[in-house]
Amino acid sequence: MAVQEIALTTSGAPGNSLVDRLHGLVVTVDHKKLGLMYVGTAVGFLLVAGLLALAIRLQLAVPNNTFLEPDVFNRFFTMHGTSMVFLVGMALVSGFGNYLVPLMIGTRDMAFPRLNAFGYWMYLFGGLLLYFSYLGAPGLAGHGSAPDVGWFAYAPLTGPAFSRGHSTDYWILSLLLTSIGSTVSAINVIATAVSLRCKGMTLMRMPLLVWLMIVVNFMILLALPALSAAQIMLLIDRYLGGHFFDTQAGGSAVIWQHFFWIFGHPEVYILIIPAFACVSEIVPVFSRKPIFGYPVMVGATVMIGLISTSVWAHHMFSVGMTSVGNTFFAISTFMVAVPTGIKIFNWLGTMFGGRIRFDLPMLFCIAFLFQFLIAGLTGMMLGVAPLNWQLTDSYFVVAHFHYTLVGGFLFGMFAGIYYWYPKAVGRLLDRRLGLWHFWLFVIGFHVTFDTMHFPGLLGMPRRIFTYDAGRGWDTLNFVTTIGAVLQAAGILCFVINLVRSAKQGKLAGNDPWDAWTLEWTTSSPPAEYNFATKPEVRSRRPLWDLKHPEDPDWQYE
Amino acid sequence: MINDASLPLTSAASDWSLPSSRKVAIVCLILTETGLFSIFVAAYLFYLGKSLTGPTPREVLETPVIPTICLLGSSLTIMLAERALRRQHRRYFQLWWTITILLAALFLGATAIEWHRLITIDHLTISTNLFGTTFYSLVGLHASHVIAGLCLLTLVLFFSFRGLVTPAQHGRIEMVSWYWHFVDAVWVIVFTVVYVISR
Amino acid sequence: MLFVLAFAGVIGAGQVNPVLADIDRVTSILRPLSQPAQEIKETSVLVLTICAVIFVVVAGLLVYAIIRFRHRAGDELSEPPQVYGSNQIELAWTVLPILIVFVLMLVTARTIANIQNRKAPPSAVQATVIGHQWWWEIRYPALGIVTANELHLPASDDNKRQPTFLKLQSADVAHSFWVPQLAGKTDLIPNRENLMWIEPTKPGTYPGNCAEYCGTQHARMLIRVVVDQPDEFERWVRQQQQPAAAATNVTENGHVFFANSCVNCHTIKGTSAQGKFGPDLTHLMSRETLAAGAATNTTNNLRLWVRDPQKIKVGCLMPNMQLTDAEVDQVVAYLQTLK
Repeated sequence: MAVQEIALTTSGAPGNSLVDRLHGLVVTVDHKKLGLMYVGTAVGFLLVAGLLALAIRLQLAVPNNTFLEPDVFNRFFTMHGTSMVFLVGMALVSGFGNYLVPLMIGTRDMAFPRLNAFGYWMYLFGGLLLYFSYLGAPGLAGHGSAPDVGWFAYAPLTGPAFSRGHSTDYWILSLLLTSIGSTVSAINVIATAVSLRCKGMTLMRMPLLVWLMIVVNFMILLALPALSAAQIMLLIDRYLGGHFFDTQAGGSAVIWQHFFWIFGHPEVYILIIPAFACVSEIVPVFSRKPIFGYPVMVGATVMIGLISTSVWAHHMFSVGMTSVGNTFFAISTFMVAVPTGIKIFNWLGTMFGGRIRFDLPMLFCIAFLFQFLIAGLTGMMLGVAPLNWQLTDSYFVVAHFHYTLVGGFLFGMFAGIYYWYPKAVGRLLDRRLGLWHFWLFVIGFHVTFDTMHFPGLLGMPRRIFTYDAGRGWDTLNFVTTIGAVLQAAGILCFVINLVRSAKQGKLAGNDPWDAWTLEWTTSSPPAEYNFATKPEVRSRRPLWDLKHPEDPDWQYE
Repeated sequence: MINDASLPLTSAASDWSLPSSRKVAIVCLILTETGLFSIFVAAYLFYLGKSLTGPTPREVLETPVIPTICLLGSSLTIMLAERALRRQHRRYFQLWWTITILLAALFLGATAIEWHRLITIDHLTISTNLFGTTFYSLVGLHASHVIAGLCLLTLVLFFSFRGLVTPAQHGRIEMVSWYWHFVDAVWVIVFTVVYVISR
Repeated sequence: MLFVLAFAGVIGAGQVNPVLADIDRVTSILRPLSQPAQEIKETSVLVLTICAVIFVVVAGLLVYAIIRFRHRAGDELSEPPQVYGSNQIELAWTVLPILIVFVLMLVTARTIANIQNRKAPPSAVQATVIGHQWWWEIRYPALGIVTANELHLPASDDNKRQPTFLKLQSADVAHSFWVPQLAGKTDLIPNRENLMWIEPTKPGTYPGNCAEYCGTQHARMLIRVVVDQPDEFERWVRQQQQPAAAATNVTENGHVFFANSCVNCHTIKGTSAQGKFGPDLTHLMSRETLAAGAATNTTNNLRLWVRDPQKIKVGCLMPNMQLTDAEVDQVVAYLQTLK
């Protein structure tokens, strides 16, 4: 489905029949097509994993519900989490990086186009393999179906004694594949951004998005191996009789948690920083001012990247670390608040004194700012280790990370899609449908996730397939489910808009937003070679210089 | 307004040069591989002495001096091969490259013999105890990188005999050697951790 | 945006009403009835206040910017002044968060130390809680008591401080012990021993859940902490220390229990039933619930459970023993003598 969407939206393929277009997609090494394929596939998985979430919410709408069997419920939340992080989040990161980085630095393709295609196909087949588990996991042993161990798959629940059949193997193998895809994509984006910048684009003249993509991809390179290594160890345990996480033979269940979160915490920054990147491009353009404090923004991002490597165990405050360990990880967690706060203030500083245009990308950015602020504050609350003992693994924490990943990451990605869709497709997304999407999704989001904090405070643990009436959770859960339905309606508007506007949208022209970075100098959609002549820049905003020759940026930078 | 990509060209900045993308990529690859090895090394060190049953490293491990010399020597020979290529001495290149391959093969052969001895005589397999699990995993992970390197090296030699490796390809060959140096460097760590510290 | 605040208010208020009817069953972490939950609540109020102030200030600035600097008719003719940044301002909003964070660090470090560094006084009750898929084994090694799913302990008062110190272990996968009104979570992890303590002052029954996902029936792994007056607790201890009433005199009904495989998994103190895999049944009838809170302990539920546990708790590790109706009646009759 997702692939067909792309087929409709890409132009310039030789021949026009569907088969020709599909063939064009399979053999392409063009970074723009691959970028769109990433985004399209991610949207496809978003729909699937979103439906899983909807089913989860329906099950929890009322106490003692029997809509889903316990095992089915456990599979659903595992598949939902795994898909959203690895098949939606990571793919959007790769997709935005692939599509935008070469255009923004004024080059014609990625450093390694074929490697790029390889990365996409690894990701796609990894994702398909995960869902194939529904058919394949019963295997010869006949046990189980899709993975049901949760997206962080704590040992020893994943060990051969407690997870029979092959469902956990599908979880491991499919993620190893997508990790290979993410890794080569990360290498590619870094090599491109470092080595292929157009003439004049020094590091401190790169658009912020490119800077943030470099940081994110470095984090991918450093964090993903921890997951891969742990998964390889788990495979050794499951197939060769190893004892890495075998508590019967002296193995440690806690070390899995360490390895997982050494990956897992950077991972959530890997997801949120591309949203920062989109916001950092969009807020200036719609405020009609350059980004406030560019060097500080770069520094703050690098700081976030560095600090993120030493906060992982704040996911593990309840495993019984020493008071010294708990204090250390609480402190390092608070330190993240400093660069993050700086970023929020700089976005505000950009808006101050501007003339803010409320086009759709900006609306999503404003919602992002507001929601990310709350997510950051609840994050700080969770960093207070004693409070975390109460809140971790409760619905409060579920609400918190959905606030960051939906209210932050996804809103940032929506802003990005509304902003760059005209560049990629040549037509603007319909404003009326877009407003429907925006308001349904914002309202649905708040109804769901604002409410969701409260059952956590009232003692509702996460990942339970049902609960008894009368502990104060009933009404709250029902309201949460209503919000989920509203969000689904919003997403439906979004998908209809994506498909319809590709044919019927208003023509965009090269530069519909009166923006300043290089991608807006070329045609929409850009030709396969991106730029007829290689551009050359003298400041961070080459198009500003061009449009305002009387007052160019390079006089001030 | 603005059509197509015609930004004004300024005259300056003719000395615009950036690092080779190939080098950046291989450095990135080495970085992420380092991450992978770090976790396995961490697991090895964490489980040191935590096995519930024997055998222990002290009982069964012998320091692999000759294989280590082979592997470290291969770093030297690959450097010599590379230099020969740069100086357009094709024969010398092939000679040093072949020696590199032989040294790598010797290293692998020695590992095979060591493992055979451990399994058949000392009855240490990957499922015996935590030591077995972590030992075979870490050393095996490294050995699999040696095997991958060996495949690359052999491929290059094959191309060379077909006359396809010319000094123009030096940049590419250099990347193979960087990878190989990395594999050797990892061995220094693995050797220290497995054969020095843990005994 | 105001919508959210209003909404939060409505929910906050609305939460009280349905709850007032049954307030004792609401396990809010903001209604603690024991240390350390009390101290955590006090910390959380401070943290919440700080966060609320930050929220109001920053969200206020955001709203102000949106209104004050919105695009107006005629603006498209020119661009606003281009401002690139200001080092003084950057410095200000770097230092300010650092100060706030510093306060939080101190508060956190102090609370962690207060809670984690507490040593058990000699008067403390010592218990061991062992997580199983999907029930809790509770042992009082010093008192020689083994029970399941209901942790009894004495209320502490100022005259006689009597905290309870728990050793937490797991027999299979990771679990987490969470009774929100008493304390935060501590995980039960195989091949590891964790410690926690609680010191409730008010008698009552406090429900809680397993808070670490542990497989199929994670949702039905409920714990009840029963806080008794000290003299009541003494009585409970003496009663639990007795062998089962029926132990010396196994009736006809009991033979069905012993003839089937029940004894392979369950212990009844004083009899030949010494299985360790399932909960100890010596004083089954003294407990309020069956199957870790999956059902209340009534005759009817007990009968349903003995007939087919999978009907009540699908996936649980107790199999359907395929007993006939008559056998079920006999086993239930026997179990009901285990007071």
